[in-house]
Amino acid sequence: MALLEIVNLTVDFATATGSLRAVDGINLTIDEGEIVAIVGESGSGKSVGMLALMGLLPWTSTVTADRISFNGQDLLNMTDKQRRKIIGKDISMIFQEPMTSLNPCFTVGYQITEVLSHHFGGKRKSYNKKAIELLNQVGIPAAESRLNSFPHQLSGGMCQRVMIAMMIACKPKLLIADEPTTALDVTIQAQILELLIELQQSHGMALVLITHDMAVVAETAERVIVLYAGQQVEQRKVKELFENPKHPYSEALLNALPERAQDKHLNAIPGVVPGQMDRPRGCLFSPRCNYAQDLCSQEKAPLKDGILCHFPLNLSKSKKQKAINLETG
Amino acid sequence: MFRFLINRLMLMVPVFFGVTLVAFGFIRVLPGDPVEVLAGERGVSPERHAELLAQLGFDKPLWQQYFNYIGDIFQGDLGTSLITNRPVVEEFFELFPATAELGLCAILFALIIGIPAGIIAAIKRGTWVDQGIMSISLTGYSMPIFWWGLLLIILFSNTLNLTPVSGRLSFLFDVPPVTGFMLIDTLLSDEKGSFLNALHHLILPSIVLGTIPLAVIARQTRSAMLEVLSEDYVRTARAKGLSTFRVVAIHALRNAMITVVTVIGLQISLLLAGAILTETIFGWPGIGKWIIFSVFSRDYFAVQGGLLLIATSIMIVNLIVDLLYGFINPRILHQKSKS
Repeated sequence: MALLEIVNLTVDFATATGSLRAVDGINLTIDEGEIVAIVGESGSGKSVGMLALMGLLPWTSTVTADRISFNGQDLLNMTDKQRRKIIGKDISMIFQEPMTSLNPCFTVGYQITEVLSHHFGGKRKSYNKKAIELLNQVGIPAAESRLNSFPHQLSGGMCQRVMIAMMIACKPKLLIADEPTTALDVTIQAQILELLIELQQSHGMALVLITHDMAVVAETAERVIVLYAGQQVEQRKVKELFENPKHPYSEALLNALPERAQDKHLNAIPGVVPGQMDRPRGCLFSPRCNYAQDLCSQEKAPLKDGILCHFPLNLSKSKKQKAINLETG
Repeated sequence: MFRFLINRLMLMVPVFFGVTLVAFGFIRVLPGDPVEVLAGERGVSPERHAELLAQLGFDKPLWQQYFNYIGDIFQGDLGTSLITNRPVVEEFFELFPATAELGLCAILFALIIGIPAGIIAAIKRGTWVDQGIMSISLTGYSMPIFWWGLLLIILFSNTLNLTPVSGRLSFLFDVPPVTGFMLIDTLLSDEKGSFLNALHHLILPSIVLGTIPLAVIARQTRSAMLEVLSEDYVRTARAKGLSTFRVVAIHALRNAMITVVTVIGLQISLLLAGAILTETIFGWPGIGKWIIFSVFSRDYFAVQGGLLLIATSIMIVNLIVDLLYGFINPRILHQKSKS
């Protein structure tokens, strides 16, 4: 049985100018101890989808799904109180901005021991030893004296380590890392990623890595889900995706990697993710797609073998011909 | 912490001298002088007028008068009231506890109602609860004190007969003054029921004086909470699985209080302006009434001494607020100790 199963997750936001669909029918299964990456540009619904799972979206949002189950429990029809027993303990999440994600008014020690005493009961102070152990585990030097530090006395990388310590404190079965390295220096980025992988292996927890960095995906994940404008456009094994991407958007993302640049030019994807007002009628990626045909801008793309496209790439020749014949015929 | 305190105390020195200048200058800018007021409608001949002024030392050049004033301050002498012929310090400290007690109760009332109201409005933002709380607080803020006081007296004292109209304690009780704070003095005395009676007398004045601070604090708490509730660390607190109460009352409120405490400090400084009106309405024997009377009778020494003492007590309150601020917001203390 899968650890986490999400079927047809949709998130809408009520805005002043009407409803905005941020996540549009995502399906996701994660097994125990697996690393899955979710990639996509800003605004493609990566974070929102996971925040919806955690129940952390603001009150303006509406979350619907056919099914969200975690470890055999139905997260969808659970009361907030029941959900709060799971999040922070069995599912936890680390965020993009380590400096602002820690409460400036409380010491590092307070914030770590708080989560332990909340989920396991007992006095906060009694977990001090455990907190030191956790800080050592995430590679913070002089852990004991750091317990009394405030977040503003730590660097961004240190804050992220504290954040990780806090979120693995209860030994979660699933850790969601929402762009954990985006706000950090390049040198620190690699360290934090290494730390996450190390912890994932030693704790045997599943890890969902939300990122827009294809290089990170290649180095860490086993499976990858590509999101575009809230839709899941491709879901593959990482190796397969890098060798032959089937969705034009995946290919464009890969081509945008600096290593694949030609003639000192980065292959940027022109345009931006469509917003509330400029949603195309047909395939959402069609205005920016190199392979778009007339059909693409008129009809919504069909989902075939986990790929949301009228004309998937890199199919075998005959298959591709068949597909074109079918569409035009 | 110690350095922070020293810094704050050093800053008080120039402010103190500024206050002496203002207190000294203000009363002398007003037309008329104490001799004219004392003479009343009968008037006084110009020769006698000059003679009396010279007797009081008001014929000397202003700078000389000012230096005498400063020199006396450093000897702990704020002069003698021209009207009552008693030392200004003695008069002040006899009346000060009454005002302090009223102000303290008013600000307590404002805090106990204002902060929860602001929090509830922020959590229920956009609903009728939020709009209701904010409308009531706007009404309270806009209500002139004398009018609000009279309305409450008409309703609670006159119609419902629940509270006394004026004074600090009923004439039936004879409570010896120990601290000057009626609530404490009545507890110390053996007069039965006098504590409740004193409390009864305090209710309406505290509500009247506390209404404007209450409105300001409620609105400030609401907007501070709204800002804080959308911060990343509040999301982190929720991601830990903490209860809504804990997220709001511990993680968010602590941060929101940083701005609210500043506003509370400012409101305490403004309290005295309201106290003048409140004391007049409720016949409350406090500093507000006394200083107004001294201004009207051009009692130079009482005014310049009284203003100085009032300003000093406000500076002390602000110092306490600043220290509290450093205590709530760890970033302040650490910045200071680094430099």
